[in-house]
Amino acid sequence: MVGAVNQKELDKRAEIVIGILLRTGVLVSAAVVLFGGVLYLIDSGAQHPDYRAFRGEPATLRQISQIFRSALAGDPAGIIQCGLLILVATPVARVIFSVWAFLRERDWMYVSVTLLVLALLLYGLLAAHS
Amino acid sequence: MGTLELSLLLWVGSLAAGLLGSLTGLGGGVVIVPLLTLAFGVDIRYAIGASLISVIATSSGAAAAYVREGYSNIRVGMFLEIATTLGALAGAFIAVYLHGHWIAVVFGVVLIYSAYISFAARADRESADATDRIATFLRMDSTYPSGGGMKAYHVRGVPGGFGLMFVAGLLSGILGIGSGAVKVLAMDRIMRLPFKVSTTTSNFMIGVTAAASAGIYLDRGYVDPGLAMPVVLGVLLGSLAGSRILSGARTRVLRLVFAIVIGSLAVEMIYNGITGRI
Repeated sequence: MVGAVNQKELDKRAEIVIGILLRTGVLVSAAVVLFGGVLYLIDSGAQHPDYRAFRGEPATLRQISQIFRSALAGDPAGIIQCGLLILVATPVARVIFSVWAFLRERDWMYVSVTLLVLALLLYGLLAAHS
Repeated sequence: MGTLELSLLLWVGSLAAGLLGSLTGLGGGVVIVPLLTLAFGVDIRYAIGASLISVIATSSGAAAAYVREGYSNIRVGMFLEIATTLGALAGAFIAVYLHGHWIAVVFGVVLIYSAYISFAARADRESADATDRIATFLRMDSTYPSGGGMKAYHVRGVPGGFGLMFVAGLLSGILGIGSGAVKVLAMDRIMRLPFKVSTTTSNFMIGVTAAASAGIYLDRGYVDPGLAMPVVLGVLLGSLAGSRILSGARTRVLRLVFAIVIGSLAVEMIYNGITGRI
């Protein structure tokens, strides 16, 4: 294990990278959502959406692989959804980076803690399908 | 109402919610669901989906600014995220079986609590002066910037804090909010972290907690792109603007106004939930 001072120094550097990571994720996501949003409003700005009754979204806007497919096909709703996925992925990327940061500190206890959090997150994102 | 007009109104409403949420420290998420259901008549499931996503945006946006200042405690945050993500997953699973009426009532109660906690004393109490066995084992004790230099603090009450964090995650998964008020309660009151460390670490954790249930909401079709787009962009811009204004702004009056707004929204949510209008 590294000494306390060294640990603090590494923590500090990890925090700076995490800050950059979070900011980039949010900005990229907002840009993609805005781009898709403009296309969406041009496309269907005159329609009359009804959110009073819950119908649920079609599979093309629910499943990760299909969202990417419809975004690449230029579907405005798919592009917005893709931007929202980037937003959801930002904290996940933060946790992945933390695993690496704790590995560098050889802090095995927190490597395990962080891996557990990562597993729970990935379960919610990928495995918990109805 | 056409999509264009609706999107503009939603954007303006969310902007105001993000701004007030950021200025008062309550987070814009708590008012998004009442705003969408009460003012726009949106189904509560769509409202929760849009709210949860916007919570991730504000948390990540604000945490990006906070981590650099060196207040947030990464180890405390990461350890407690085990509890909040577990709670968030459980909450998202339970939410399907809960009727919209009940969700509205629970939401109202949590709103009242959030309004109350935003008024509770914020004075930094003395942190525990003795070391705690569990906290020492988990290497949670740390330092934070205070006045002249770095001030050391001890952490205690880890099991109690962990349990309350599970509840925070559960509420976040059911209601699509950040549960910042419950998270701060766990760290400030039970674990005795300095107040600024509690709030910044809580903010840091909110994004991870919300991301845990976001996948399940997305999979169930709760996240509508047309609705989420103006809400996320509005809340994000509002909270960023709020954090810029924050230094130097007198927040006492503002917090009172926001608490009254939240209180009346809470009563309306509970009333509509009981009478079956939501």
